[in-house]
Amino acid sequence: MKFRKFLLVLFFYTAIFTNSYSIEPDVFVQSTVNRASSILSKDMTKEEKIGELKIIAKETVDIKGVGFYSLGSARKNLDESQKMKYSELFESYFLKSFSSRLAEYTNPEIEVQGKEVLNKNYTIVNSLLIGTSDRPEVKIDWRIYTKNPDNPLIRDLIIEGLSLARTQKEEFSSILNSNDGDINILFKTLKEFSNN
Amino acid sequence: MMLKKLVLVTTIFLFSAFNSNAGSDNELVLKKNQPAEVKDCFETLNRATFAFNQALDGILFKPVASAYRILPSPIKTGVSNSLDNLSTLVTIPNNILQGELKKAGVNSGRFVINTTIGILGFIDVAQHFGFPEYEKEDYGQSLATMGVGPGCYLVLPVLGPSTVRDATASVANIVGGDAWYNVTVLNDTQHFSDFDYYASRVTSGVDFRAKNYDAIENLEKNSIDFYASVKSLYLQDRQQKILNTNKIIETQDDSDWEEIETQ
Repeated sequence: MKFRKFLLVLFFYTAIFTNSYSIEPDVFVQSTVNRASSILSKDMTKEEKIGELKIIAKETVDIKGVGFYSLGSARKNLDESQKMKYSELFESYFLKSFSSRLAEYTNPEIEVQGKEVLNKNYTIVNSLLIGTSDRPEVKIDWRIYTKNPDNPLIRDLIIEGLSLARTQKEEFSSILNSNDGDINILFKTLKEFSNN
Repeated sequence: MMLKKLVLVTTIFLFSAFNSNAGSDNELVLKKNQPAEVKDCFETLNRATFAFNQALDGILFKPVASAYRILPSPIKTGVSNSLDNLSTLVTIPNNILQGELKKAGVNSGRFVINTTIGILGFIDVAQHFGFPEYEKEDYGQSLATMGVGPGCYLVLPVLGPSTVRDATASVANIVGGDAWYNVTVLNDTQHFSDFDYYASRVTSGVDFRAKNYDAIENLEKNSIDFYASVKSLYLQDRQQKILNTNKIIETQDDSDWEEIETQ
């Protein structure tokens, strides 16, 4: 009897515990945007803002996944040590590129408007960057990786229908194609970008 | 004379469509216009032209766009509206070529209202009358919907990114397919001159540059291959315009995403 009670309690505890940590993709995007927005509207230097934005990016973006997506079919030819080296170089490149792009905006106001569940692994969250007198309103969609519902992660930003991950992938592909597929040239380019 | 030209343009387009050896369903159009599928056959030449365009942008378009951005918002919006209004003269025949007769009617109504009540298109009155959002169409898009593939990627001097199909199709504009060109350059009307046409084209370029000023600067600064980024963005944009959608799930092949498992 005692054992049955224990099992019952354990069952409810597990169910409640699991549900309470599941984060809806649209709520996740709105909270990420609010965090970034509050940093961008703070009275800080650009370098300080970039530093803070990098922390948010590390927590909310699947940098490793975006990196391998960007590499396209070339990822299949890498050995384990090259994969590790690439992941390190890509992370530095991505954080610099991503945070520098965002740091240009001051006090952006983004409204989450809806979401579309594509499958178990992906949800597209639709949002709108509110227009100002200097810039028109911009539609931004977010591809959220939801394989682990407790820890959703951003995999792509789609601005007015144009995918940043896809653009990056074609950029990497162009570098590889121009250099007979030599991965070391891509490594060198990523390193140079991060160090500049 | 005008009717003959119109018949000529229509014939060229229908001929191209029937010779394209292709179906015209959305899936096929999507596949043919996938950015990764468009070959860069003239890459060396394209990169040289791209560098030339960048230099021209630096000494001409960028400074002019920078000054243009300072103008009051209502003026910039008005200029942009007027240019959009002129572009409906190309959109309407292309709505018809794509079999979108209802859209052709709506855009004709939009043109009449905006040109008259909207003071030569300066005010988008039609928008306030509940007209749907305006979508530009061109002869390249019409050929694409008829099943013609993009051909190789092409960078044109001054005009920028294009494809062999789109560049060829734009010839239709100067052989009778653009009513604005017809009344300014092609025919000697007493109301308009060549200058009006070319001024509108240059203003259109400046308006585009000014609207995308920060985005272009940002992209250039944060790209490791700016040429490849511009190419990708242009081809993604064209693909969406051809399919009349801005939903990524309708234009992106998700198979690469499916393969990546990191969690």
